[in-house]
Amino acid sequence: MNYGPLLFLGVFLTLASSWCGLVLIPQLQLWKSGGLEAVKLEKTGEFYPPMRSGLAEHGREVYRANGCIYCHSQQVRPKGFGGDFLRNWGQRRSVGRDYLRDKPVMLGTMRTGPDLTNISLRQPSASWHMLHLYNPQITSPGSIMPPFRFLFETRKIRRMRSPDALDLKPPFAPPPGYEVVPKPEAQLLVDYLLSLRAVTPLPETE
Amino acid sequence: MSTPNSPSMLQALSPSDSGELEQRRVLFAEIDASCRLPVLLLFVSGLTWLLIGTVLAILASWKMHNPGFLADWAWLTFGRVRPAHLNAMVYGFASESAIGISLWLMCRLCRVPLLYQWIIMLAAVFWNLGVLIGVAGILAGDSTGIEWLEIPSYASPILFFSYALIGVWGIITFRFRRQPHLYVSQWYLFAALFWFPWLYSAANIMLVLAPVRGTVQAAVNWWFAHNVLGLWFTPIGLAAIYYFIPKVIGRPIHSYYLSMLGFWSLALFYNWNGMHHLVGGPMPAWLITVSIVASVMMTIPVVTVAINHHLTMAGHFRKMKYSPTLRFMVFGGMSYTVASLTGVLMALRSVSEVTHFTHNTIGHAHVGMYAFFTMVVFGSVYYIVPRLTRREWPSAGLISLHFWAAALGMFLYITALSVGGVFEGLAMDNPDIPFLDVVKGTLPYLRIRTGAAFLLAIGHTAFLINFVWILARLWRPYRQATPMIIAATQPESGPIKP
Repeated sequence: MNYGPLLFLGVFLTLASSWCGLVLIPQLQLWKSGGLEAVKLEKTGEFYPPMRSGLAEHGREVYRANGCIYCHSQQVRPKGFGGDFLRNWGQRRSVGRDYLRDKPVMLGTMRTGPDLTNISLRQPSASWHMLHLYNPQITSPGSIMPPFRFLFETRKIRRMRSPDALDLKPPFAPPPGYEVVPKPEAQLLVDYLLSLRAVTPLPETE
Repeated sequence: MSTPNSPSMLQALSPSDSGELEQRRVLFAEIDASCRLPVLLLFVSGLTWLLIGTVLAILASWKMHNPGFLADWAWLTFGRVRPAHLNAMVYGFASESAIGISLWLMCRLCRVPLLYQWIIMLAAVFWNLGVLIGVAGILAGDSTGIEWLEIPSYASPILFFSYALIGVWGIITFRFRRQPHLYVSQWYLFAALFWFPWLYSAANIMLVLAPVRGTVQAAVNWWFAHNVLGLWFTPIGLAAIYYFIPKVIGRPIHSYYLSMLGFWSLALFYNWNGMHHLVGGPMPAWLITVSIVASVMMTIPVVTVAINHHLTMAGHFRKMKYSPTLRFMVFGGMSYTVASLTGVLMALRSVSEVTHFTHNTIGHAHVGMYAFFTMVVFGSVYYIVPRLTRREWPSAGLISLHFWAAALGMFLYITALSVGGVFEGLAMDNPDIPFLDVVKGTLPYLRIRTGAAFLLAIGHTAFLINFVWILARLWRPYRQATPMIIAATQPESGPIKP
């Protein structure tokens, strides 16, 4: 095999084959089958997937910037495959349409922490998320999730306590006269987490 | 490889008589001199990234069992340090070393000195700048959020264009080769130099610059990420093994036809593998099935290459005692087999059901990137640098320390995460075990991993000391000492091609 052009042709064609097969064809398949469009739900007349609020959209940027994806997936595997259903991570499997509005799509490949596809249904309380982000040991003792204290501010209480201040009990409470309030990033991130749900039945999930 | 260009019988009987050998020595000296600055620059900056990546790795690993450690700074949070580690290692250390090795091998095998070195130097400087801005961007929170492509869009074009200079230069060297015969390493190098820019630009355009919609992103992501290992690092690693094993032990590759089968089956199957990272995910089922089939087909190139290397080495394993290059190469080659065969298993749906989403995958990634590729890089650097500097490695003890720390560290790392990952996966699929207990169950393995990381760091430090030391010797006049490694590793007395 001493002929350069032959080598080039082989090398070119092999990668071209998988580029067509794994990148181009799925794109065409989804596009042709309408999998890349939001659908109108018959029952409610609303479109799925719904638009996220602007705050939640910004919250996804916080999620991305701090690399939540390296420990949390956002995909529910089919019933009977793994423990996803049994752990109540979802009532139906995830499908391509769930991710149409996500840029980037953060499916994740690790579950050092639990799957977050439907976290807003399992933990609907914003204050739970605030405490969990400030220090996971408050809500989940023994967790190895890092505390995200840098998303919060510990400050002196002026006149009266802020309504946003976290309800911290010893040993997590700040010194007397101080309070812990979420920075805007924490607020956005919680808005995003509370927007995470994928339970709406779709034709392809039946 | 023995049939084409086989030397005449007279030469084979008494090669030292032929003028050809002397001619080749002169040419090689000329090639080494032409590669000296650019390749050394690439190796030195690669080594720097290796050390930065090691620090980031230890931080990330420590944080996994001590989540409160350094948690008050956003730029040091686990979710930033981890991708910073990956990118520093993949684009900094591994790619720069890979480029250095490729250029040197390409020049040697094509029998052409490296022309216009300043182009490569310029590209190397800009490549480093791209990685630096990229890693700093990730720590600053600008990661793209796409695995293996985290480098933000303001740094990736710098990487692409500096690569383009290097890739084009490699191909030009190939085009103007003076040796008509193509050795198997050249096929792999040529392919890798061509595949990488395609992968990198296609993935960056489709994911970062003008993202495609929905889960097609995931398909592009894993087509890219798996192929960076399969079509960039693996071919360069194999090219190095194919060159250095015969070179060091002084006999040709066992079979030309096995080399050919190994190369073309790798080219055919490896690039279809990526979707096995999405088993169970929201993707068309056929897409994943195709990748699982391709993953199983990878058995062919892997076993072929393993047999070819093993039969080349057969009867010469004792030489590993004297040649550090050989030791690292054989370790790397064997790890390639292990990595690929476990990869075949992990691609199967029934296995992936357990191991996907666990630390097992991280362990597996390190078999490929470290136990195989990084060890091959170390072996190549131990061979190439003395030829570039015309100096011996100052300390054989440090090389031994490097090898054993790396080998033992990797063994610990892989065992802990592979075993721990399987237990983690089994527990995670069993809903009777609370999730927090699954997490706590992984802690012993994560602690062993940190221990392994420190061992690897010891090895890297030994490597660094030796490297700085040999560079320091550049300022001392060259003197013909008893060549310890060169003599042991270059028995050029046989009719060896190349």
